[in-house]
Amino acid sequence: MELTTLWFILIAVLWMGYFVLEGFDFGVGVLLPVVARDDRERRVVINTIGPLWDGNEVWLLVAGGATFAAFPEWYATLFSGFYLALFLILVSLIIRNVAFEYRGKRDSDNWRAWWDRAIIVGSFLPALLWGVAFGNIVRGVKIDADKEFVGSFFDLLNPYALLGGLVTLSLFVTHGAVFLSLKTLGDVRERARAMALKVGLVAAALAVGFLVWTFAERDGAEHRGWFVVLAGLAAAGLVGGLAAAWKGHEGWAFVGTATALALAVAALFTVLFPEVMPSTLSPDYSLTTTSASSTHNTLTVMTWVAVIFTPLVLLYQGWSFYVFRKRIGVQHIPA
Amino acid sequence: MDSLNLARWQFGITTVYHFFFVPITIGLGFLVAGLQTAWYRTGKEHYLRLTKFYGKLFLINFAMGVVTGIVQEFQFGMNWSDYSRFVGDIFGAPLAIEGLLAFFLESTFLGLWIFGWDRLPKKVHLATIWTAASGTLLSAYFILAANSFMQNPVGYEYNPATGRAELTDFWAMLTNKVVLVTFPHTIAAAFLTAGGLMLGVAMWNLRRNPSKDGEGFRAAAQLGAWVVVAAAVVVALTGDQQAKVMTEVQPMKMAAAEAQYDTKDSASFSIFSVGTPDGKEETFAIRVPGLLSFLATGSFDGTVEGINDLQTAYEAKYGPGDYTPNVAVTYWTFRFMIGIGMLAAVVALFALWRLRKHRQMRGRLVWWMAVTVPLMGLFANSLGWIFTEMGRQPWIVFGLMPTSAGVSPNVSAGEVLTTMIGFTLVYGLLAVVEVKLLLKTIRGGLPELPAEPTDSDGDGTGDGDGTGSDDRPLAFAY
Ligand code: HDD
Ligand code: HEM
Ligand code: HEM
Repeated sequence: MELTTLWFILIAVLWMGYFVLEGFDFGVGVLLPVVARDDRERRVVINTIGPLWDGNEVWLLVAGGATFAAFPEWYATLFSGFYLALFLILVSLIIRNVAFEYRGKRDSDNWRAWWDRAIIVGSFLPALLWGVAFGNIVRGVKIDADKEFVGSFFDLLNPYALLGGLVTLSLFVTHGAVFLSLKTLGDVRERARAMALKVGLVAAALAVGFLVWTFAERDGAEHRGWFVVLAGLAAAGLVGGLAAAWKGHEGWAFVGTATALALAVAALFTVLFPEVMPSTLSPDYSLTTTSASSTHNTLTVMTWVAVIFTPLVLLYQGWSFYVFRKRIGVQHIPA
Repeated sequence: MDSLNLARWQFGITTVYHFFFVPITIGLGFLVAGLQTAWYRTGKEHYLRLTKFYGKLFLINFAMGVVTGIVQEFQFGMNWSDYSRFVGDIFGAPLAIEGLLAFFLESTFLGLWIFGWDRLPKKVHLATIWTAASGTLLSAYFILAANSFMQNPVGYEYNPATGRAELTDFWAMLTNKVVLVTFPHTIAAAFLTAGGLMLGVAMWNLRRNPSKDGEGFRAAAQLGAWVVVAAAVVVALTGDQQAKVMTEVQPMKMAAAEAQYDTKDSASFSIFSVGTPDGKEETFAIRVPGLLSFLATGSFDGTVEGINDLQTAYEAKYGPGDYTPNVAVTYWTFRFMIGIGMLAAVVALFALWRLRKHRQMRGRLVWWMAVTVPLMGLFANSLGWIFTEMGRQPWIVFGLMPTSAGVSPNVSAGEVLTTMIGFTLVYGLLAVVEVKLLLKTIRGGLPELPAEPTDSDGDGTGDGDGTGSDDRPLAFAY
């Protein structure tokens, strides 16, 4: 396999990991006002992701770094092009992450209420905007002969991409609800399970619509057959997950929504390949895995590093999920 | 202002801000690990209370370090896209590796440390903080290797076909002679800063109420002070090495640092001077004969090239242009970096003397020292970076790419201004919150320990059967 192809796959894998992991974080954040009715319950909700959110977020940082290293042109065009959208995501992540850490550090209802808002907004916006960003990447944006994005912020807010945003938002909320029902006890667990089913049905409808639209958008794409397979499996994962949630098999429900997210990302990357950022101005201007990539030498170094260290990361991150596997309920929250 | 200058200001603001938290994370991580080890070894209660107390300060700081770091990771693509295209082949790799090797380690193991007090055996729990702290060193090394490429590009080749710098030797990039001296200098500076924080906080509490937690805070003051003194020695030794490397790879920076316009043998070093801000005219100066030559070359009568000669030489080499950095900024940041940082060591020596004689920490002067000693390390660090980075100007990659060529061409001044105002507001607000929280925690003194939980199965891990039948509250929760 070409190293450029390998790195395209690895970056897809990083985004799959990011959506699966931080996806439930975002969902938990958005659901905070819905599934928790008092402060103790809110703390239960926040503490389900307490030890995990930072490690989850590093998937994004590594996806960004790996894109920079393996496809600098992609990194440059994407990050300068989606400038204001990324700014909103950054501000959201900033206030949200600080909120987790600072919320409990002062005993005041007002203080906590403000940080709760930061968590909710800071989870909602990225959950929506990542979908918008991916919608635009797949659909293509105005890229000129110099590989520069020449569209505007408002070009990014087209109906297809906005639908993409609603898909990630609803999927993350479903995934988060399933996660909460798996990790909590008592009322929170019940409410989370009910939410998972409700939002899950909406998410399923939106996602199917988006995937069909994607199929139509990318009518010249090389791998539309594989796209259909992966998208179908993603949909099956989601439906299976919801069925499991309905029956009260929370572990399987989580496997289902996680699979759905991972395969949906895989499907989008598949239908994109070998382009990484199509241009709507001219197909000649599209960035591809070869025109955007680093040299063979750099990719070789990076491949060695990835091969050696990724298993290690998976091992200890998995261990930390194992250490914090216990369910928590209001009785576990210290005064 | 045009988008170039706005982008520069934005980079300067966000990066200097990030680096307020970085040195504390690096240094304090290890110091907290040390305190916890002391508790593990001796079982003395005050070490555990110190671990929790400084651990809390560490975490308040770490949260800010993380969120400001995320901005850094994105900024290269957002504001400096042409720079990213030009050096991505070389510069991206250390950034990606930093994430994979270091950030995963730091974040995962810190999560385990924060929440793991009752879920991990004592020894494993202790190992988590050491692992997280080691992660910060890895992180520092790779990011500094990236930065050192900008100071002194090595291991690359310019490819005219693609119009970019391409990696030829990864190992050469990782062992750039600049990173080999910058890394120890930066880490030592981080320890100086964290030691200063530990010392200042302890001194302040000892002065306020010597009878409360006296034993604990004395131990902390002593540890902090020794760390400051030792770090200051290392900082000075490595700084001296850096000056020599710098003279070799960027002689203009050294000339600007001393505002020396003419080439001289046996050049003197001015500790302080009065004159025009750019040092062209001098009315008064305190000078140490030969010291500049010694710093730059290792010999008291070595030749130090002056700005004028270098400017002429660069014009011949790179074409017409202004190759002189802002002399006033380089001159003063260099002096204040050294001066303020070394002042911290003086405070630390004073504290050690007081502690040794078991004297009371009393009086206005002690108060001032306690409050300023943490800031000294922080400001010396910022000044060091401002010196290093502004002294490199007008280059973004020395000798290869001017800063003006690196900025994103498709991002408008209005957009940069929007994000700059946005980040500045958010950062400003968070600064107020963070300082208030730190002060509240510091005023609270050492935390009381909860009664030892009864550990029925005796393995130090709680019951751990994952059924949720155990209703004991968590040892730590947000
Ligand atoms: C000498 C050390 C050093 C320097 C020069 C920088 N950083 Fe930093 N960075 C750290 C040392 C560090 C650290 C000690 O590892 C931090 C500080 C606080 C923390 O949480 O980890 C960190 C955090 C941190 C994070 C958050 C990691 C997480 O989520 O856990 C990111 C993404 C970056 N940094 C990226 C950068 C970039 C792109 C820089 C270049 C402009 C940069 N840092 C300069
Ligand atoms: C964390 C410590 C650092 C601080 C405090 C710092 C500070 C600064 C400052 C003040 C400038 C502005 C100089 C000027 O424009 O005149 C600058 C420029 C720059 N620095 Fe750093 N820097 C740091 C680390 C780094 C690192 C590690 C990198 C890269 C890996 C880096 C990359 C850059 C770039 C790309 C510029 C050019 C933009 C500009 O000229 O403003 N910096 N930095
Ligand atoms: C005798 C004392 C010192 C000397 C001779 C010295 C020397 C230097 C030199 C020459 C540089 C520039 C390197 C370059 O641009 O290539 C530098 C940078 C720096 N200094 Fe110092 N320094 C001293 C003290 C300190 C102190 C006390 C601190 C902080 C506590 C500090 C923190 C820094 C930092 C953070 C940088 C920027 C990063 C780097 O390039 O290493 N320095 N120092």
